[in-house]
Amino acid sequence: MQSTRPVFLDLWRIKLPATGFVSILHRVSGVLMVLAIPVGAVLFDQAVSGPQGFAAATALLHHWLARLVLVLLAWSVIHHLFAGIRYLLLDLRIGLDRAPARRSAWIVMVAAVLTLGLVLIWEVTA
Amino acid sequence: MSRQASGLIAWLGQRLTAVYLAIFIAYLFIKFMFDAPVDDQALRAWVANPPVTAALLLFFPILLFHAWVGIRDVFLDYVKIVGVRVVLLALVAFLFLASGLWGFKAIVIAIIKAGIPG
Repeated sequence: MQSTRPVFLDLWRIKLPATGFVSILHRVSGVLMVLAIPVGAVLFDQAVSGPQGFAAATALLHHWLARLVLVLLAWSVIHHLFAGIRYLLLDLRIGLDRAPARRSAWIVMVAAVLTLGLVLIWEVTA
Repeated sequence: MSRQASGLIAWLGQRLTAVYLAIFIAYLFIKFMFDAPVDDQALRAWVANPPVTAALLLFFPILLFHAWVGIRDVFLDYVKIVGVRVVLLALVAFLFLASGLWGFKAIVIAIIKAGIPG
């Protein structure tokens, strides 16, 4: 599609307001989850196949490196979900003005990290 | 189909699939946090439970559609060399297709072997 709109995507030179951070983190979390899709499909198939497969999948997920990836993926799911709800509300013209949009952007980022914290506390103590 | 129309379908589809994914992934998250299947048999029983089977059969294509629109947008913005973009998109399309078939196969196996130990 031809367009004369200005495009500036140099990530290292852009200074973003909170709304922009939510946006780029939405993308980053989305890309991380895309990378997880094939791995998730194979692991799911393996875990369903039988006792050996289930044990192998569980063992892999208990490796410390996999734990680290899982924490990152948990944050991705939570941030993407919260930011996505914010975008749907914006589409419905809720909170479109600059001040509420910036406030909701902060709420999304902070709530995502806090929720991740709660999940981690539960996983460590349970 | 005009390119504008295909853009509109992508835009609308992204939002409709988002609603389904938000609900189902929230359920998955909570289910696996508080009541994760303890072994392969429990996992198969959960997958073979008809509402879960139906939700999973919807989940895979919806997730892949949503992920496809998202990753395509990212490539359109950041991969300016058309040849590289096409190769990357083809790679993702192949991986998504394989993942979808893999997931579907896992559901079928879970249903066939549900209730059978081992």
